[in-house]
Amino acid sequence: MNGWIGKILRVDLTRKTASVEPLSQNVAHQYIGGRGLGIYYLFNEVDPTIDPLSKDNKLIMATGPMTGTGTLAAGRYTVVTKAPLTGTVAMSNSGGMFPAELKFAGYDVIIFEGKAKSPVYLWIMDDHIEFRSAATLWGMNSHETTDAIVKETHPEAKVSCIGPAGENLVKYACIMNDKGRAAGRSGVGAVMGSKNLKAVAVRGTKGVTVADPLGFRDAVLDAQKEFHDPYMSGVLAKYGTADVVEFSNEVGLLPTRNSQAGVFEHASRISGALLAEKYNLRGARKTKACFSCPLACGRVTRVAEGEFKGEGEGPEYETMGAFGSACGVDNLEAVIKANYICNEMGLDTITAGMTIACAMEMFERGILSEKKVGMKLNFGNASAMVKLVEQAAKREGFGDILAEGSYRMAAKFGHPEYSMTSKKQEFPSYDPRGGQGFALAYATSNRGGCHIRQEVHCLEFFGVALLGIIETGGAIDRFSTEGKPEVVKKVQDFYAMIDSSGICNFIIIGSPDVNVLINLLEKGTGIDFGGVDGFLKTGARIFNLERMFNVKAGFSAKDDTLPTRMTQEPMPSGPGKGVVVKLDEMLPEYYKRRGWTTDGIPTKKTLKDLSLAIEA
Amino acid sequence: MSKSLVVDLEKCTGCRTCEMACSFMHYGEYNPTKSAIQVSIFTENAFFVPVVCFQCKKPFCEEVCPTGALSKNEIDGAFVILVDKDKCVGCKMCTMACPFGCITIGHEGIAKKCDLCGGQPECVVFCPTGAIEFKEEKDGILAKSRLTAEKIYHQKEVSQ
Repeated sequence: MNGWIGKILRVDLTRKTASVEPLSQNVAHQYIGGRGLGIYYLFNEVDPTIDPLSKDNKLIMATGPMTGTGTLAAGRYTVVTKAPLTGTVAMSNSGGMFPAELKFAGYDVIIFEGKAKSPVYLWIMDDHIEFRSAATLWGMNSHETTDAIVKETHPEAKVSCIGPAGENLVKYACIMNDKGRAAGRSGVGAVMGSKNLKAVAVRGTKGVTVADPLGFRDAVLDAQKEFHDPYMSGVLAKYGTADVVEFSNEVGLLPTRNSQAGVFEHASRISGALLAEKYNLRGARKTKACFSCPLACGRVTRVAEGEFKGEGEGPEYETMGAFGSACGVDNLEAVIKANYICNEMGLDTITAGMTIACAMEMFERGILSEKKVGMKLNFGNASAMVKLVEQAAKREGFGDILAEGSYRMAAKFGHPEYSMTSKKQEFPSYDPRGGQGFALAYATSNRGGCHIRQEVHCLEFFGVALLGIIETGGAIDRFSTEGKPEVVKKVQDFYAMIDSSGICNFIIIGSPDVNVLINLLEKGTGIDFGGVDGFLKTGARIFNLERMFNVKAGFSAKDDTLPTRMTQEPMPSGPGKGVVVKLDEMLPEYYKRRGWTTDGIPTKKTLKDLSLAIEA
Repeated sequence: MSKSLVVDLEKCTGCRTCEMACSFMHYGEYNPTKSAIQVSIFTENAFFVPVVCFQCKKPFCEEVCPTGALSKNEIDGAFVILVDKDKCVGCKMCTMACPFGCITIGHEGIAKKCDLCGGQPECVVFCPTGAIEFKEEKDGILAKSRLTAEKIYHQKEVSQ
């Protein structure tokens, strides 16, 4: 096969056996890779009603056909499993060097089944597969684990692992790879921990071929030309995603004090410019790239001294929102430190920050006492915030409650309305009242509160166009519900394709013409999508199969919701003052355009049209 | 005057696109272990170093080669050491002689090194940050000294 290797590695952790299966060309063409292949195997092999942390769950690591090729930012993989945080499908995507190395070792996908009797890690060197004891690694943080495994295996080994948070089954533990990169959301790290799987280390010496070498080379050069978008190659390369802080604040959707407001008066104290100036090792320049990426948005940073001393990667924008404005914290060093702890312990920064923000609001409202929390927890208490991140990862003290995420915590104390979540997953740092379209996207995302499986906000307030799909671009009125159901549907289907290709969606934002991606995939794999419509139909197939997994897990229209703060409490200040999310105006139309029933379930006809042979 | 590959470490982000372009050009597949250019990544300090054959004017590799498989050549205004695949027996003498690790034994068992892609290096074409350039050596060195001078000047400016 071209693009794909054509091999699936199936690992039975209970029996400590591994086998290689062929990847069928038909399945590859229908589900592409990454997120698509992941849901294909999850749907067909895992009962959606199981407990996500039971041995019956499977953990799927899937690359895409573009992963490990020389096109732009082709270094991604997706971890697909049933999510402990949401109970829905999880599809957490990460870059770095590990995913491409997995392809070079000769595998498209690894499927982990069962549960090891004691902690193990898997060492893959091309065809050599070995289960090794992780007894001495258990308890180590992600950096220590990575260093120890590289020492034990091969200097060029790439490592994906969990930290103590995954071992402790924290509901939002992530899987870290290459130290600073994370398959972040929905608790995929807890699933790994529940299987006693500490890490996967891989070294590959094989190659990835493409269907039409000369055509692919030209397609890559075309994509590089498209990349020279002033925002992407300028601002984002200079400051990383951290640059977004002040922008979001200006347009009034920076979640502030657990989303009680959208404007943070101290936003300039936690800005990307300040991060670059004072803490980035290379200042406001391109810093660390993932595999084959021209953007290099990763920041390598250091806090040289003081209470929050440390070094590592990041933080990203979402983290600065979650630990910064959402917690009312204006101390950038504390935000950076909280991010380091999350990376080391293996925690999703978004859920970690938003859960503490929720606890802060409940503390200020007198629902949580100082005795219960073990410390004062007012908004803006930077020291308490940093302490609690560590406690959550270790499930120590009040951390044991924080480790369940904001929804379970708030519900436990009788106030689920203070949890800023959809399907129990915390919102990233764009208040849904800032744009009706991405509010609908949050409510209908297959993994709950999430921006990156459908970056509708890029159209609504960054003014990014998606040429070939949605031509209106910057002209979209973010406060209007008009036409949004169709926009959201198309963007969701498009992103399902990006996430399945193995390419990073940041690059696609910089290459606004969808035909760039179609061309790369076609020249790389030999697929003929039959134009944009056929391409989006493949995305719709992946999206609908995820939806069906959720439907069979018990989800329906009743779960496509947002907290009442978003739908009933008008934004108090800023450019969006007075706005609430009008979900009811959009959902019926969205379901109609999706070909779903009014209860949000795909009809038999819809499934048949998408060649999905399953019972609705 | 002679052209050569000039690397600007300030611009490299460690993305390894050069490794991809090199292996694809020479072997028709993306495979970093087959690339003649290798990027070393030092994440902790955000420091990245692509290392590729310097095309030495007095090449140790060529001097020690017992079969005459390595030769000095001139292509497109550039000086380059090339491997004659028919003459190479894979004895690895060259790999021991090269102080920089820039000549290796490839998957076919014979010596492998940068051949400047016949005068149009693919790593230069694809490097997304312009960290690798193919230009007159003199210009490259001049540019480097200029850059160093600017740094000193800038530091002086800051300290004043």
